[in-house]
Amino acid sequence: MSERSTVTIRVNGHIAVVPAGSVVSAAMLAAGVPCRMSVSGEPRTALCGMGICFECRAVVDGVAHQRTCQLLCREGMSVETQR
Amino acid sequence: MMRRTDVLVIGAGPAGIAAATAAAKHGRSTIVLDDNPAAGGQIWRGGVESARRRDDAAKTKAIAALRSSGAEILTGRRVVDAPGPGLLRAVVETAEGTRAESFAWDRLILATGARERFLPFPGWTLPGVFGAGGLQALVKGGFAVEGKRVVIAGTGPLLLAVGAHLQEYGAKVVTIAEQAPLGPLLQFAASLWSSPAKLLQGAHYRASLGRVPYRTGCWPIAADGEESVRAVRLTDGRRTWSEPCDLLAFGFHLVPNTELAALLGCRFSGDFVEVNAQQQTFVANIFCAGEPTGIAGLDAALVQGEIAGLVAAGETWKASALHRRRDKGQAFARRLETAFRLRPELRSLAAPDTIICRCEDVPFSQLQEQASWTDAKLMTRCGMGPCQGRICGPAMQTIFNWRATSVRPPIFPAPLAVFNNDDFSISYETTTPQEMP
Repeated sequence: MSERSTVTIRVNGHIAVVPAGSVVSAAMLAAGVPCRMSVSGEPRTALCGMGICFECRAVVDGVAHQRTCQLLCREGMSVETQR
Repeated sequence: MMRRTDVLVIGAGPAGIAAATAAAKHGRSTIVLDDNPAAGGQIWRGGVESARRRDDAAKTKAIAALRSSGAEILTGRRVVDAPGPGLLRAVVETAEGTRAESFAWDRLILATGARERFLPFPGWTLPGVFGAGGLQALVKGGFAVEGKRVVIAGTGPLLLAVGAHLQEYGAKVVTIAEQAPLGPLLQFAASLWSSPAKLLQGAHYRASLGRVPYRTGCWPIAADGEESVRAVRLTDGRRTWSEPCDLLAFGFHLVPNTELAALLGCRFSGDFVEVNAQQQTFVANIFCAGEPTGIAGLDAALVQGEIAGLVAAGETWKASALHRRRDKGQAFARRLETAFRLRPELRSLAAPDTIICRCEDVPFSQLQEQASWTDAKLMTRCGMGPCQGRICGPAMQTIFNWRATSVRPPIFPAPLAVFNNDDFSISYETTTPQEMP
């Protein structure tokens, strides 16, 4: 097992270094980007933090509609605001 | 993929952990499914290690007991439907994509926990506004709040716990606004003399908050800001003022997660799943434990889970020793409900353009024209988005007294492809309720 204390991912194309064990929505908050744009174009970030509200949906490694509050950051992961 | 097990437990929070541990310790093959990345539920949610974080002895003990019991814990699984009698189907995200897994069970224990109740007010969709427990979960998940000014508002014992936790992580808690009036809260606090552990915990939270004001009879009416929240307007009914902040954490106590119980045809009493003293629902071989049977907190969840696990394993006589503790939990649930009853003013916080359904961006004005939850769904798409009404439903119930109607599979969104590649086609029939044995 590696003992890395940080994980490097890409958030909307920019490199982000986050503590190991971080959830993706926390990384997006730290980067200051919304998880998704709502149907009327409002920026939204995580609300419930426990996989219920679906406000934190984003595109993770090309796959849309991923609940980023329930997903841990993995080395090399690429996440983007869902539009 | 199809697995068979004697006991299937849905939810690895305190109730599910206690249930699975009891069943597995008594020789039953046991599988626990949980949607979260790790076992522990919300109250025992893990996350990024922090020097400030104290180990929770109760959590460590419970998880160790679960691991040594022989129960199999499968995380990252969300249960989506019941494709046939005695079967549940879950989906899991893997490196190769989303996959379905089916489970055949002899005894099913629902320990699906609770979520926060969110009542919409102007500005509640702004970035920087979070659920109270939601922000706590995100902080555990690595969101740094050091030096950030946080207002906590809403109702329930969770507000104090969240405040203490955020302070521990370096946030500056500006104020805690509790909508309940002081009188019922004092009665509630006085009633805790019979539960010294709870009283001590409350006192500990309060002490760790130092001089942070805990304002009772005070609630949020708007969050202001352009790109994100900059201030929260609070009122005590006589006077309104603005508290500048970087983050707002709010929540109006808890509502149970009962969608799966409803899908399976369990009988309800009001918002909660009806169970007997053995935690059996009115559907044969289906048990329910913890918050879905009544919002009663950690101790009640642990004892109800243990009872459900013991009875599911056929050890009913052992479970009977726990009934006094179970009764105590139920009494606590009633006291919580009384102390943190929602004030009527909270039903009229939304402005005409306040979004009620965040999935579909449905404003309050469109909902005022509707006669029922069904009309609202059909005419406005309220509750038709991916959360399936889990957030706006309880809000609509509080505001309009509308009750969510039927639950249909899949109870969480899932890609269609996972159903095509599975042994079962998706079922649109709900289980017929049967009498208890």
